[in-house]
Amino acid sequence: MNAVVAAATPGASSPGGPLLQVEGLVKRFPVRSGLWRRAAQLHAVEGVDLEVAPGEVLAVVGESGSGKTTLARCILRLLDPTAGRIVFDGVDVAGVRGRDLERFRQRVQPVFQDPFSSLDPRWTVERSVREALDAHAVGTDEERAARVVHLLDRVGLSPSLAGRRPHELSGGQRQRVGIAAALAPAPDLIVADEPVSALDVSVQAQVLNLLSELQRDLGLAIVFVAHDLSVVEHISHRVAVMYLGRIVETGPTGAVFRDPRHPYTQALLEAIPLPDPSRPSRPPDLVGEIPSPISPPSGCRFHPRCPVAIARCTDDDPEMTDFGGGHVAACHVARARLDRPA
Amino acid sequence: MTALLAVDRVDVDFRVADADVSAVSDVSVEIAEGEIFGLVGESGCGKTTLALALMGLLPASADVRGSIRFQGRDLVPLSDDEMRRLRGDRISMVLQDPMTSLDPCFSIGEQVAETIRAHRPADRREARDRAIRLLRDVGIPDAERRYADPPHRLSGGMRQRVVIATALANEPALMIADEPTTALDVTIQAQVLDLLRDLRRTHHTTILLITHDLGVVAQLCDRVGVMYAGQLVEVAPVETIFRAPRHPYTQALLEALPTAGQARGALRVIEGRVPDLTDPPPGCRFAPRCPHRMPECDRVPPMALEDADHAVACWLSDATRAAAAGEGSVAETPLGGVGA
Repeated sequence: MNAVVAAATPGASSPGGPLLQVEGLVKRFPVRSGLWRRAAQLHAVEGVDLEVAPGEVLAVVGESGSGKTTLARCILRLLDPTAGRIVFDGVDVAGVRGRDLERFRQRVQPVFQDPFSSLDPRWTVERSVREALDAHAVGTDEERAARVVHLLDRVGLSPSLAGRRPHELSGGQRQRVGIAAALAPAPDLIVADEPVSALDVSVQAQVLNLLSELQRDLGLAIVFVAHDLSVVEHISHRVAVMYLGRIVETGPTGAVFRDPRHPYTQALLEAIPLPDPSRPSRPPDLVGEIPSPISPPSGCRFHPRCPVAIARCTDDDPEMTDFGGGHVAACHVARARLDRPA
Repeated sequence: MTALLAVDRVDVDFRVADADVSAVSDVSVEIAEGEIFGLVGESGCGKTTLALALMGLLPASADVRGSIRFQGRDLVPLSDDEMRRLRGDRISMVLQDPMTSLDPCFSIGEQVAETIRAHRPADRREARDRAIRLLRDVGIPDAERRYADPPHRLSGGMRQRVVIATALANEPALMIADEPTTALDVTIQAQVLDLLRDLRRTHHTTILLITHDLGVVAQLCDRVGVMYAGQLVEVAPVETIFRAPRHPYTQALLEALPTAGQARGALRVIEGRVPDLTDPPPGCRFAPRCPHRMPECDRVPPMALEDADHAVACWLSDATRAAAAGEGSVAETPLGGVGA
């Protein structure tokens, strides 16, 4: 077993239970809107439930305004949720402060899209990684120095790069430094917000391989926020699809991609431009564009754009329907099809 | 098929500090009338530099050699004034971020109308009517009413449609689209791709698409050119590029794409890094990272036809070897296009 695993805090909750459990999470932002600049609320995340098992990669996908980044920031406690619970390893951390928050942050680490903006431009690679250890007061001085060497090696950076500054690195190398810094306090969960979307295809492949390897070797759980569905299909065990602040469908990645139940998920999958000229993508049969999260539609939030909406969808907010094997979707029409199979 | 655009042995160097950056090296390619040609490659491969060279929009620090014949006329020696008359008229451009192409102070309709009036003797009324028709063509709902809207009232997808309307304003012979859907969400991207396909059919516009997104290329293009570190390494119809790529870089790039079929953590990676273009490798620029590297690779492999419509620049190719020996069709790039 390597040092990173050994340093991880063993799970205090019952074995087999989720590592992270988000319940009824709500995040609203005060905004001014309309002609009179009236105070209003932007409903970024509106009642999200999700679970992440230890060692699991859960992808959260959605388009702009879906609330996926806000959700990630709430889980990281970079934002305070308006309501709801964030239960990590059996403890609700939604409102914790001070020492408890510090302890939580040590176990849940972020990886951001643009490592250039998350790394201090004046610091060397070594210092950036070292800082993460110092901040969490991990081990003695010598132990920390040894740990930095180990971490750089773990993410595939040669020791000769330790003295470089971010501008002297390629995009892929910078993202590796960001990942090394995230691994420094030996977290159980990484929350990665679009970690490969700024990278070229060949570099993206390297970073995806690295994340998969870390997940497997260290038993890391990863919440992987992304808009690129082929990346998601490749890397995640389970996927949650968000639309206007809600999760509309969740399930094992294979099941959701093979047999999407929610019309929004179906539209999203049809729209992906596949790198295969013999499988043409189709512009989805959607009406209009994503409505404003300041005054989201009533009932099912997707109903104004939905190609299969029925009368009920305009005012009755659908509950999650279980399609078996942990595959759930919130749609009246999909539910009716399940009740009365054709 | 006639070539609308013939790029012949084009080099672009940038003078930076006291070094020369060789951004585009000896690129030859022809684009046929009516086709959608995709130029793909990763950051720094020279695809955008080549597009800017075609538009005459490179900074003064750039040195362009070779010839770029558009409708039979060489663009390289043209003055700034002559190029300005072509741009927005015979050649137009669609860029990634619509907000950089649109003026926030003018209504979307006026911007389209202005583009018409800048090149045509149209009165305001005519320009306005034509602008409304164009906005309708690109799928702006309620175009007559939206005419007076400023760009910020529109969503990102709608703004990109306005940029496309502006690019179409004078029925250009060639539209250069540089990452036109990269900033858009996937459902909106699919609509814009569909729009471009449609416009090719209805307006017969030739489109040069510059992108890093192989999915977009597969969905939209007729033919594809792959660039690496300033060199064009392979040109073929889109089906061929994806089914039977010949150049080791094209092969590696396609294998690096994540799919559900590949085991997690087992994506193909390309070892090493893109070369420093102030001091590029002497021959094939992919050689230092290529799994098939041979001694010959220190010489530049000539682009040669493997098949009637498939050209590759690699010493593994018999055609390249024959071309180097003076037997083959050196630097003859295939001219395919629609129905070819």
